[in-house]
Amino acid sequence: MKYLFKLFSIIIIIITSNSYSFAAEKVEYIKTEWSFKGLFGKFDRASLQRGYQVYTEVCASCHSMKYLSYRNLAEPGGPEFSEAQAKAIAASFEVTDGPNSDGEMFTRPGKLSDKFVMPYDNVKAAQAANGGAYPPDMSVLVKARGGGVDYIYSLLQGYEEAPSNVSLDDGVYYNKYMYGNKIRMAAPLSDGLVEYGDGTNATVEQMSKDVTTFLMWSAEPHLEARHQMGFKAIVYLIILTVLVYFSMKKIWSRIESEV
Amino acid sequence: MSDHDYKPKSKVGQWFNDRLPLLTLANHLTDYPTPKNLNYWWTFGGILTFCLITQIVTGLTLAMHYIAHADMAFESVEHIMRDVNYGWLIRYIHANGASMFFLAVYIHIFRSLFYGSYKSPREIIWILGIIIYLLMMAAAFMGYVLPWGQMSFWGATVITNLFSAIPLVGEGIVTWLWGGYSVDNPTLTRFFTLHYLIPFLILGLVVLHIWALHVPGNNNPVGIDIKKPSKDTVPFHPYIVIKDGFALLMFMIVFAFFVFYAPNILGHADNYIEANPMVTPAHIVPEWYLLPFYAILRSVPDKLLGVVAMLSAILILAVLPWLDTSKIRSAVFRPLYKQFYWILVADVLILGYVGAMPAEGLYLLIARVATAYYFLHFLVILPILGFKEKTLPVPLSITEPILGGSPNLATARNKESKIE
Repeated sequence: MKYLFKLFSIIIIIITSNSYSFAAEKVEYIKTEWSFKGLFGKFDRASLQRGYQVYTEVCASCHSMKYLSYRNLAEPGGPEFSEAQAKAIAASFEVTDGPNSDGEMFTRPGKLSDKFVMPYDNVKAAQAANGGAYPPDMSVLVKARGGGVDYIYSLLQGYEEAPSNVSLDDGVYYNKYMYGNKIRMAAPLSDGLVEYGDGTNATVEQMSKDVTTFLMWSAEPHLEARHQMGFKAIVYLIILTVLVYFSMKKIWSRIESEV
Repeated sequence: MSDHDYKPKSKVGQWFNDRLPLLTLANHLTDYPTPKNLNYWWTFGGILTFCLITQIVTGLTLAMHYIAHADMAFESVEHIMRDVNYGWLIRYIHANGASMFFLAVYIHIFRSLFYGSYKSPREIIWILGIIIYLLMMAAAFMGYVLPWGQMSFWGATVITNLFSAIPLVGEGIVTWLWGGYSVDNPTLTRFFTLHYLIPFLILGLVVLHIWALHVPGNNNPVGIDIKKPSKDTVPFHPYIVIKDGFALLMFMIVFAFFVFYAPNILGHADNYIEANPMVTPAHIVPEWYLLPFYAILRSVPDKLLGVVAMLSAILILAVLPWLDTSKIRSAVFRPLYKQFYWILVADVLILGYVGAMPAEGLYLLIARVATAYYFLHFLVILPILGFKEKTLPVPLSITEPILGGSPNLATARNKESKIE
């Protein structure tokens, strides 16, 4: 038994230390407390709703979120807008549908079942509008970046004057957390850019945190269910392991041998 | 295999068993005499069977929702993660299950290396195991391609391109593998087909692996031949079943931790970016379990020789029973081999580490030294060691040293408990 514990701990250390070494960036990210981390981690509902507001008022003008539907906004474990609210949000978007019986495409207000409307029709259109750079789809963005939420959170606050030895082309900005420090996105947030309905002060830091929380949820919409089930599953397994351990001891006591 | 005299109790049972001796098989499996001194390193065979079944069951379920098309694969995986009931659970079990499978198989292989389980009369078990391991790598590699992320696409490009190192026909073979002039939809669909097929081949080989095991019976930590059945053995059921079950549960706790609390830690972030043939990732790295071989591949400056070195590193294991000239199986009684064994373990871990690093500077140098040592271990050290090494006295039976036979045997037993 002892060996098994030792073995597992060694293996976990090796694997985790190994996979951390994949992350090439050596910058220290800005640290903050995330409510969704840890054994019982849950999303901060209010933060998710504010994060959606930041996304839809700021990010969504360039970044798509094509794997999300408006119905997700009302589902448990997410921002949990009421169904009426989610319907109203969906209806505020124009969705192209069709063809109708005349063979024509038409626009109608969005429904809960619609995917998030994309700011551009396709990648080429997005590039054309953004000086050749493609604003990445944000659905799984947090999982697609080595530093995860800490990276996104830091990046949003990482804009500063370029050091004198760095020359920037037109439409390129300096960000100390970006890989290579050059980014094609202008600083998207500024204090008071959005007006939060719940009266929270919309500082850059606050908006960064809210929108990053929202992005974490959009990448892992079942995170809360996963944490809850994980805790139950592991407790169950531990209890079962203890029971089986004593059964094993009992069975092996019939013979003169150690187990 | 002393159970040919087994007779079912009921008339119906006898009638059936005379025609298809399934009950004899079941009886053999439950009564199968197993050395009673097997330690927990021996539980990984059962754990691996669990891993294989888990991968097959979750894989079948995923295949019901996955779409093997270059334009839809990535989206269908997101569909599984978001909209399929418990799709996130099934996919995370499958993705982390591959890592758990390799974790278990490496422990299983290194247990074999330590206790000399590959030696006569168990060479066929060992070689079947190596074939299973090769198929596992193929299945895992192709499985990693299916989500059609950036690392899927570029990993597939790098690995399939290795075949272009073959003189004359290399380029043709690569085109044939791709089903076109680059990794694209035809590559994805054939990888999906093969990824679906290979686990069942593995399952068949596992049956042979266990069958071949049941002919000579298990090796054991002392590494001596034992009489079966005897005081040295216990019936497989319930003794080994409960012990394997206990170890499996411990393993499942680790497994569950990854699935529920760190499901993406073993993967690469770039694989959540949809495949894009126009953008190459900064570092293309395979999954962690292939890193030692990746390091060997990159440590050789010539492409063809690199591929040869990588393949030899695996295939050399198949001839291991004949490279190891020592008559003594267990490292417990081989003081020198034991040290070289741990050096090899360290060597492989170092190879894994440098495999994840860029192939330049100090990392490249370390990779080259570690690669050279890997081959040195198998081709030079092992054959010579068998002749030069002074081994410790080996007990005559498992029970004897425990009951305190001769003083020599007691020392042997003490030595053994120390290493465990």
